Amino acid sequence: MDNKDTFTLGGKEFNSRFILGSGKYSMELIKAAVENAGAEIITLAVRRTNTKKNENILDYIPDNVTLLPNTSGARDAKEAVRIARMSRELGCGDFVKIEIMRDSKYLLPDNAETIKATEMLAAEGFVVLPYMYPDLYAARELASAGAAAVMPLASPIGSNKGLATKEFIQILIDETDLPVIVDAGIGKPSQACEAMEMGAAAIMANTAIATAGDIPVMASAFKSAIEAGRSAYLAGLGRVLERGASASDPLTGFLRD
Amino acid sequence: MAQNQFFIDSGKLSGAALEHKHLIENDPSARTDHMEYMEGMERISSGIMDKVLGETAGFDYNKYNAADVKRAINSVTCSIEDFKALLSPAAMPFLEDMAKRAKAETSKHFGNTVYMFTPLYIANFCENYCIYCGFNCYNDINRKKLDMDEIEHEMKVIADSGIEEILLLTGESRSMSNIEYIGKACQLAGRYFRNVGLEIYPVNSGEYRYLHECGADYVTVFQETYDPVKYETLHLMGHKRVFPYRFEAQERAIMGGMRGVGISALLGLADFRKDALATALHAYYLQRKYPHVEYSLSCPRLRPIINNEKINPLDVHEKELCQVLCAYRIFLPYIGITVSSREQKHFRDGIVKIAATKVSAGVSTGIGDHESKYKGLEDENAGDEQFEISDARSFDEMYGDISAEGLQPVLNDYVYV
Repeated sequence: MDNKDTFTLGGKEFNSRFILGSGKYSMELIKAAVENAGAEIITLAVRRTNTKKNENILDYIPDNVTLLPNTSGARDAKEAVRIARMSRELGCGDFVKIEIMRDSKYLLPDNAETIKATEMLAAEGFVVLPYMYPDLYAARELASAGAAAVMPLASPIGSNKGLATKEFIQILIDETDLPVIVDAGIGKPSQACEAMEMGAAAIMANTAIATAGDIPVMASAFKSAIEAGRSAYLAGLGRVLERGASASDPLTGFLRD
Repeated sequence: MAQNQFFIDSGKLSGAALEHKHLIENDPSARTDHMEYMEGMERISSGIMDKVLGETAGFDYNKYNAADVKRAINSVTCSIEDFKALLSPAAMPFLEDMAKRAKAETSKHFGNTVYMFTPLYIANFCENYCIYCGFNCYNDINRKKLDMDEIEHEMKVIADSGIEEILLLTGESRSMSNIEYIGKACQLAGRYFRNVGLEIYPVNSGEYRYLHECGADYVTVFQETYDPVKYETLHLMGHKRVFPYRFEAQERAIMGGMRGVGISALLGLADFRKDALATALHAYYLQRKYPHVEYSLSCPRLRPIINNEKINPLDVHEKELCQVLCAYRIFLPYIGITVSSREQKHFRDGIVKIAATKVSAGVSTGIGDHESKYKGLEDENAGDEQFEISDARSFDEMYGDISAEGLQPVLNDYVYV
């Protein structure tokens, strides 16, 4: 196996397949989490960077880490586009994770509006990573709209419930050419590992780390799990027997000519 | 059951005013119908009020037992029935378990963040007679309305302290604090703050739209109590007397394009368990109808006012308040919960670790006295306070205390789009 197993987003090459969220824990811990996670991409809400003093999140993110600003707070494509432009003006770079939610309870992404925003922002030269509900048609449209990857949710955001949409994420991995970054709902390293075994390009997690007893240690546990899952995927998973042992006498042994 | 004595006469009232005050205090038939809209009040077809009041009227909290409470605490999705059990007296022995579940929900949805804001009262003129409120039109207090220069001065002082989110408040007087005046204050606030909220008298949806265009994006209206019969005995005069117009304020604000709305009862006025149920259901049904909107709940308890030191929240002690807040969090895990400076430091420090997500700091409920309050001086020209606060911590103190608890103070989480 080749030792160099990188993945590319918007022309940038990344060694780490762990994208870290930054929204739910204290900023002093972000640096430790990034280091322990080995993360090279960290998301941040543009609406949180819109601050004057005291708590500018940007001051806590190491320089060698790529920022992935998100458009959380946007309720339609137009608002997402405005927030993305604001992010560029604030110096957060060309990467943008589109988050468009019209439900304050579950924060589920609105695929239709997300496709529109992707098209507009890709045309403006953004590297667009849309957070989406794992729907094959939507993934295809996002690809044609110019998305750099798709980010399907594993289960409702913050729920830590794991791969509730597993079958549908597998379809996206099998049927689209874009990197599939599993986002939202991953609660444990084992779930991150499982998604990587399925062929996901990367994992994004926030709450699972933020609500852990020891944030830096959990960040490091996720790092190991993601690497293990990736290696397993590259190695080709061994056969898993569904039930019992296989028959030693072939079923077709009776055939004579 | 103990009652508050609300009626206080001021020696400064004219004979006629005093006579009218006594008449509406003592003779219900002299008061207007509190369920009838007044002229100019917009009617919307909602249906939410009937659902909330119907559900609340049928709430018999004495029928729940320990098993119901345990089931509710361990429920995957907390149903309305589970929520009722959590609000019942039977839940009191399980307060610690409720707090544990509430804390888990809060951290799932908000991590360790605590939002900070400050209120700015720009006028205390009021046309209502709400018998428990320091601003009521019969109460002898110093009245004041800030002009734009004075508002700007207040805003500078507050912004310099570090606050980035402001809540603009007025007394409820359309004639003294009209929509244009409030709109101008919102525009001014946009220069000094990242996030502008309003707590003013309820207005029509078109007026909310105008205020939204002036830069406000959040509207809070306290229903005070959801018991219409009790409501009638507390709000004796003025437009606030109209129960349904006030109930529908949040919905009109949403129709006017506001991003978020705040909902609350003033605990201690009526049966707090029923009011807590109605408050949460008000948010619950609004959320089902308008899922894109951000919702928040407040949980104020009655406080003493100028000229009536004895007003208190009766049977709503800290334990009961904590029970209500834990129940809110378990039933509505995604919702913002604000705990104001009506509560003391120890309570606010404790509850942000369990259920609350937003606290005020550097608070004055008076008019035009931020500079003197921040510098520890007296200001004789200031307008009097709406109620007495219990936590006078400055922005810096609050910021430090939140951080010291291992929580993350957040000054702003918002862009105006």
